[in-house]
Amino acid sequence: MRPNELKSLLETAFPGARIEVASPDDVHFQAVVVAETFAGQATLARHRMVYAALGKRMGGEVHALSLRTLTPAEAEGG
Amino acid sequence: MDVIERIKNTLSEHPIVLYMKGTPDFPMCGFSMRTSQALNATGAEYFSVNVLEDPEIRANLPRYSNWPTFPQLYINGELIGGCDITLELYESGELQRMVAEAAKQATAQ
Repeated sequence: MRPNELKSLLETAFPGARIEVASPDDVHFQAVVVAETFAGQATLARHRMVYAALGKRMGGEVHALSLRTLTPAEAEGG
Repeated sequence: MDVIERIKNTLSEHPIVLYMKGTPDFPMCGFSMRTSQALNATGAEYFSVNVLEDPEIRANLPRYSNWPTFPQLYINGELIGGCDITLELYESGELQRMVAEAAKQATAQ
């Protein structure tokens, strides 16, 4: 999968989020997702939300996904 | 024994469990390697399961834990996270505190 395809899947799942996706090989991905919906959620729960959006693609087309999940306030702060 | 029973037994028998690809000495994936290195750096004793040698665990643990990939780190039976979360916790010093706490509880029992 191209990074742009992964990005648009995440954009559909997290409307209004700021999303960056990179991949050296179209199988291993790094993504940063900045979304208000993460507020009040622990990192584990945030990552689960992203994995849930990708469903069966995780572990299949997406062999690995390294994630940073932030709220807009956290992204500002650091 | 049913695979879910096996998972539950492992998690109840060991306070710190790492399900990974390969072993801490011979990790077979960069994410598993980095996660076990972070655990090694805490000095904690942990139990590791090589999911490449146990296809049944590899196929079923993600459903049990609602977490799609490996490695998966558990402390006191609870999923802590994968590579990203473990490294984040290590860098903040929180992982060291969590494993020390788990070891202390295990000794007290």
